Amino acid sequence: MKTYKEIILDPIFNDNPIALQILGICSALAVTSKMETAVVMALSVTLVTGFSNFFVSLIRKLIPSSIRILVEMTIIASLVIIADQLIKAYAYNISKELSVYVGLIITNCIVMGRAEAYALKNPPVASFLDGIGNGFGYAFILIVVGFIRELFGSGKLFGISILPLVNDGGWYTSNGLFLMPPSAFFLIGLIIWMIRTFKPEQVEED
Amino acid sequence: MFEHYLSLFVKSIFIENMALAFFLGMCTFMAISKKVSTAVGLGIAVVVVQAITIPVNNLLYQHVLKEGSLAWAGLPNVDLTFLGLITYIGVIAAMVQILEMVLDKFVPSLYNSLGIFLPLITVNCAILGGSLFMVERDYNFAESVVYGFGSGIGWALAIVALAGIREKMKYSNVPPGLKGLGITFLTAGLMAMAFMLFSGIQL
Repeated sequence: MKTYKEIILDPIFNDNPIALQILGICSALAVTSKMETAVVMALSVTLVTGFSNFFVSLIRKLIPSSIRILVEMTIIASLVIIADQLIKAYAYNISKELSVYVGLIITNCIVMGRAEAYALKNPPVASFLDGIGNGFGYAFILIVVGFIRELFGSGKLFGISILPLVNDGGWYTSNGLFLMPPSAFFLIGLIIWMIRTFKPEQVEED
Repeated sequence: MFEHYLSLFVKSIFIENMALAFFLGMCTFMAISKKVSTAVGLGIAVVVVQAITIPVNNLLYQHVLKEGSLAWAGLPNVDLTFLGLITYIGVIAAMVQILEMVLDKFVPSLYNSLGIFLPLITVNCAILGGSLFMVERDYNFAESVVYGFGSGIGWALAIVALAGIREKMKYSNVPPGLKGLGITFLTAGLMAMAFMLFSGIQL
């Protein structure tokens, strides 16, 4: 049995949902052109995963296995509606930028995957922590990618100028490619390479 | 009129490609693209489900959920858009289930070849994403049919192309840390860059 600390910390490097489990990649690529959206998205996914794991685990003994996917979907969809409405209420501009990707947390495989793989077999508190831990693993990748893309793509972090752009009389010529979708693929590919160089046991065999 | 639908169709396949421009359905895109034959099966399943669920969700949105759309029932001030997410995912799950049963009964050969891919589609973000884009852009019914079909084909095209590249890549010498997932990401990135060329096209 893992301790609570291990449950939270493992998914960040050892068993990262994006880099190793291939879960939840869609939104990781789409919302990372800026730190702001990346952080909001990471936060919502972490909370939704945590709470969906918690609730699924609470009623795990009552769910007949034939309709479990439907039950999990309903729980997740309700939580995502709450998250969506909260973001709309308190950060309307960000919700416009995130557009459909908040709704897509429902089909984010991390949430579903953890509910299936962990919450159905473990007690509520451990499940909650597992959800939060996996959310952190997801957040880690999102924030690293968002940091690199916003810093080199537009010379800013959270919209505040860090590297003064040539256009505004500074010295930094921004690299537009970092704001384009393909750069997210390259960055995540390279992060995976980095993690696997330090942790050779994660390397895939042919 | 016909031109409008044709341009929407082409746009949804190439310019707004679900997988390579919006990153939808990435999990399955990365995980199930090792072989061309399975990629084709999954691609067909996505096209079918997409072409059914988007129009159905469109009808629900236009006639039940949209603000003021319940006027026919004497409730002109009701706005049910917040129920959207749960409705769409419900429709998708139900449609996939029904499709599975229909195929099993009437076209067993296709059912067998699609196999495990059908249930997987419920959690494919491309399907839900398609419905959400349809709502965001307020398509009418005819447009939603065209869009559903086109976006499905676009996704299928992308996964088959990636699978083709990955099959060839077996013969290349990839650094150990990049094997599998890493190199697939880089490949998909190059493909996305190629698809960006379409983005300047005006239709």
